[in-house]
Amino acid sequence: MSTSLVLEQLLNGVQFGVMLFLMAAGLTLIFGVMGLINLAHGSLYMIGALVCATVAAWTGSFWLGLAASLVGTAAAGALIEVAVIRRLYGRDHLDQVLATFALILILSEGARWLFGSFALYLDIPPVLSGSVELPGGVHYPLYRLAIIAAGLLVAVGLYLLISRTRLGMRIRAGESDREMIGALGVDIQMLYTIVFALGAALAGMAGAMVGALQSVQVGMGEPVLILAFVVIVIGGIGSVRGALVGALLVGIIDTMGRILLPQMLAAVIGPAKAAGIGAAIASMSIYVVMALVLALKPKGLFPAGT
Amino acid sequence: MTRENVVSIVLLCGLLILPFVAQAAGYPFYMTLATRMAILAVAAVGLNIALGLGGLVSFGHAAFFGIGGYAAGVIASHAMNGEHLLGFAVPASMPVAWLIGMLAAGLVAIVTGLISLRTSGVYFIMITLAFAQMIYYFAISWPAYGGEDGLSIAMRNSFPGANTARPSDLFLVSFAILLVVLLFFWRLRDSRFGAALQAARQNEGRVAAVGIEPFPIRLVAFVLSAMITAVAGAMYAELNRFVSPSMLSWTMSGELIVLIILGGVGRVVGPVAGAFVFVVLEYWLGGLTERWQFFLGLMLLAIVLFSPGGLMGLLAGKARHD
Repeated sequence: MSTSLVLEQLLNGVQFGVMLFLMAAGLTLIFGVMGLINLAHGSLYMIGALVCATVAAWTGSFWLGLAASLVGTAAAGALIEVAVIRRLYGRDHLDQVLATFALILILSEGARWLFGSFALYLDIPPVLSGSVELPGGVHYPLYRLAIIAAGLLVAVGLYLLISRTRLGMRIRAGESDREMIGALGVDIQMLYTIVFALGAALAGMAGAMVGALQSVQVGMGEPVLILAFVVIVIGGIGSVRGALVGALLVGIIDTMGRILLPQMLAAVIGPAKAAGIGAAIASMSIYVVMALVLALKPKGLFPAGT
Repeated sequence: MTRENVVSIVLLCGLLILPFVAQAAGYPFYMTLATRMAILAVAAVGLNIALGLGGLVSFGHAAFFGIGGYAAGVIASHAMNGEHLLGFAVPASMPVAWLIGMLAAGLVAIVTGLISLRTSGVYFIMITLAFAQMIYYFAISWPAYGGEDGLSIAMRNSFPGANTARPSDLFLVSFAILLVVLLFFWRLRDSRFGAALQAARQNEGRVAAVGIEPFPIRLVAFVLSAMITAVAGAMYAELNRFVSPSMLSWTMSGELIVLIILGGVGRVVGPVAGAFVFVVLEYWLGGLTERWQFFLGLMLLAIVLFSPGGLMGLLAGKARHD
């Protein structure tokens, strides 16, 4: 196997990981600050992609679509938080799971109502179409590189937001002692709504960017949501740094496993059998990694609060 | 007799008698609906051991449900083609399918339980979900038994003394399983083991302090729970004459939890009430509008936010315990 293929798959893995990070960062922030498990996060990803595809189809501009999806998902997130999520903070996790499961049903069926059940398509913006030649002679799509760059920018931005700004200080304070910061006069309800809207916008951004790579349809969010869960379990729930490391790990292992495992197996048991078995094992690889991480560190790689 | 017992007996008698009344009145379809209710109730009783008694919110019970389904499907297809399964000529019989399904689900539950029970709370929810998803993707990409397309059951497995091709016989077999499983749950809840399991949910530290280790108790509960759900899965596959990865999907896990919550957590007959309401809603709303899941979601949301005791809480008052 050539190094250029490995490099290409490695970049695909990083791109996938960066996209997972956008999802996982929101989930982990929401859990860290509000103690809420939000299954409907995948629906926000779907809404981001649907809004982007629809607005881009109207206006002919991907960038307007992206802006609309950021604003739209942040607004949808704030609305959902005020209407439903706010009532769930004091409840146990079972109630949160059920209520947000109900939200998935409502949002998925509602989206089917509004946008139809056919897949929408979103074109890559012209500026980012085409490919770049990387060292080693491999041509790699510019758009995927742009996703990697955007995701890393968001990671840096989130880091600065949380560690350097007043809002970030309040978010950190909310993670360690929510009664105390309420007593100190911080409008905690407002803070919660902002954090939820921020998480929603990150999910919407991921959905909009991925929408140009695959078809946009109802139900696209949940597989990503479950992978994002794996990511934050590996990284440590509540830790944004853990989410980044976990996301890249999952993205790279999943992508590389799908390519390398069948090939490695082919050498042992012959290509005919290897294709099926290799694919079956590769699809399980990240869960095995998760199990290994948990067996060694039950609270994840970067337990929150350290 | 307490109000809960009256409601329970009325519910079970209703489930047993109504489909035969409907069939006599010329609506044989209700027999299939009632069978579906009974089977889903069995699955939910299984989950209720982990979730209701043990407080283990497993979001991955679809895995066990699907494993049971595949046990039935695989046995039926091997018998159909006259092939041996791992070197044995396995008879196309339901009890054999249940046994194999229970063994397989029990083994998977031991392995996943050993890992996931090291954690608790949200971690446990997400990890059980992830393990179920792992099995789901495995079933999709493993080509031997239909992969993504699933596996049809041309002829249902047999049950001694019954003609399983007849809807009423299939219903009676399912109902009998439901009774056995309910009895088991009831005895288990009031046993020493059940007391320890519930105590571990309420206060882990105290249970450990009196010398009972919570981990093995939870593991046993998780495995028992998985095995019962697998039997339900096998029957579900027999009823539909079809098993596919969708039985393993995360929405199935969600629906099983919904059944319990609709009925009332930790109640003996709660899952039956939940399955009753769920199937009626699915059928009635599904007949009214294509968008029935939208309204199901709204109702579910309203129940979670405003009526925490579920249907049994509404009908039979607050639960006796906690």
